[in-house]
Amino acid sequence: MSALPAQLAEIQEDFLALEQKDRLLLLLEFANELPELPQQFQDHPDLLERVVECQSPVFIFVDLDADGAFHLHATAPRESPTTRGFASILAQGLEGLSAEQVFAVPDDYPLSIGLTEAVSPLRLRGMSAMLGRAKRQLRERLG
Amino acid sequence: MTVPLDPTEKFAAFAHPSRLVSTAWLADHRTDAGLVVVESDEDVLLYEVGHIRGAVKIDWHTDLNDKVNRDYIDGTAFAALMSSKGIARDSTIVVYGDKSNWWAAYALWVFTLFGHEDVRLLDGGRTKWLAEEREMTTDASPVAPTNYPVVERIDAPIRAFKADVLAHFGNPLIDVRSDEEYSGARTTMPAYPEEGALRGGHIPTAASVPWARAAAEDSTFKTRAELDGIYRTEAGLTDDDDVIAYCRIGERSSHTWFVLTHLLGFENVRNYDGSWTEWGNAVAVPIAIGTAPGTAPGTAPGTASAQHR
Repeated sequence: MSALPAQLAEIQEDFLALEQKDRLLLLLEFANELPELPQQFQDHPDLLERVVECQSPVFIFVDLDADGAFHLHATAPRESPTTRGFASILAQGLEGLSAEQVFAVPDDYPLSIGLTEAVSPLRLRGMSAMLGRAKRQLRERLG
Repeated sequence: MTVPLDPTEKFAAFAHPSRLVSTAWLADHRTDAGLVVVESDEDVLLYEVGHIRGAVKIDWHTDLNDKVNRDYIDGTAFAALMSSKGIARDSTIVVYGDKSNWWAAYALWVFTLFGHEDVRLLDGGRTKWLAEEREMTTDASPVAPTNYPVVERIDAPIRAFKADVLAHFGNPLIDVRSDEEYSGARTTMPAYPEEGALRGGHIPTAASVPWARAAAEDSTFKTRAELDGIYRTEAGLTDDDDVIAYCRIGERSSHTWFVLTHLLGFENVRNYDGSWTEWGNAVAVPIAIGTAPGTAPGTAPGTASAQHR
C-alpha cells in the first residue's frame, strides 16, 4: 500500500472521512468536475477506447507528455454521473504521475475508497475496469 | 385511495389502466395528498443530479437487496425503508426512472412482493419528463416519516426460483435478454459488466423477446395493439398461460413482467430473478445454445419417454 500516490491517498481519505450519504455527494462533485475532452480528442473520437465494463458509454484515452507525465482523458454522458465520477477520480488521482507510479497503483484501489456500501461493489467494477484499461493502454503506449 | 386515476386514452386499452400515469397527469397531481413519487434508476447518482420536485429515491442495489444474502430485504427492512421515505401502506406510489423505466419496473415488482396495493409507473419515465422540459430540482425532498407496517414478503405468486423453472418445462418461458445473450455468444448484455456466468445460452424452450421491444422510442410503453402483436401473435402466449420471464439478474424481466401482468392482463406471470447469473452457473441444469428455443429435457427427439437424469 506504500505505493499509493499522494493524490490518490488524499481522495481516499476525503471519502473515508465522510458519512455514507455524503460520500455519494462527493462522488457527484467529482462527476461535475470531469473536464471536457481536449480538442485533439474531440476531433479524433477514434483514439478513444470504450470501457465496456461500465454500464454507461464511457471512453478513455491515456497519454504521456514530453516530460513523461501521465494524463487520463475520459468522456461520459451527463445522465451517467456515477460513471463520470469514477472517471474523474482516476483522472485527478493519476494526473501527472510517472508511468511507474501508475503501474504501481493497486488494482483494488476503487474498492478501498469507502464506496462499496454507498454505490455497491457491482457498480464499482466499472471503475476497476477503467483503471485496468488505463494501465493496459499505457503499457501499449510504451511498447 | 383518494388519488384519482389517469384517464389517458392509451392506458384505457390496457388490462390495468390504474398502473400507469402520464407525465402531464403527474405534473398536475404531484402534490396530491396520499401520493409519493419515487425515483429508481440504474445510476445511483442520477437522482442527485436532479429529480422531480418532492420525489424520494430508492436504489435497487443499496435499498432493495439484502446486503448479505442474495435475496430481497425482509418485511422489517422494507417497513423501515418505506417509513423513512414517507410512504404509508395506503399511499399511492408513482415510480419513474431511467432506461425506459427498467429499474422503476423492478422497484414496482419488489413493492408488489410486499403487497403494496397502489403502485403506478410514470409512462416514459425520467427520459420523457426531461424531454418535455418539465421541472427538475436538486432541492432535498421534505419527508414526513411514516409508520409502515411490517408485512411478510410473499414471493410465490410473482417470483420464480430455480426449482420452479425446472418444474415449469412445457409452459412458456420468455427470455428477455439480447439476441447475443440468448444464443450464448455472450453471457452479459452488450456494453455491460461481466457479472460472471460460466455458461452461455438460454433455458431450453424459452422464447426470445428482448425486453426493450415493449418500449417505444420516447421510453413510453408501446400501445396495447403493438404489445399484443409481440407477446400474443409472435411469442404465442395465450390467456391462461403460466409464464416465467427471466434475464440476467431479474431487472429487465421485471419490465416484461409488468407488461404481461398489468398491460396485457396475464394472471400467472412470475419473474425468475436468479436468471442467467444463477442458471448459467448452476450444475446439471439443461441449457440450449443458438437461436432456436431447443427442447425440454426428456423430450428431445430420439429419447425414450422414461426420463433419465
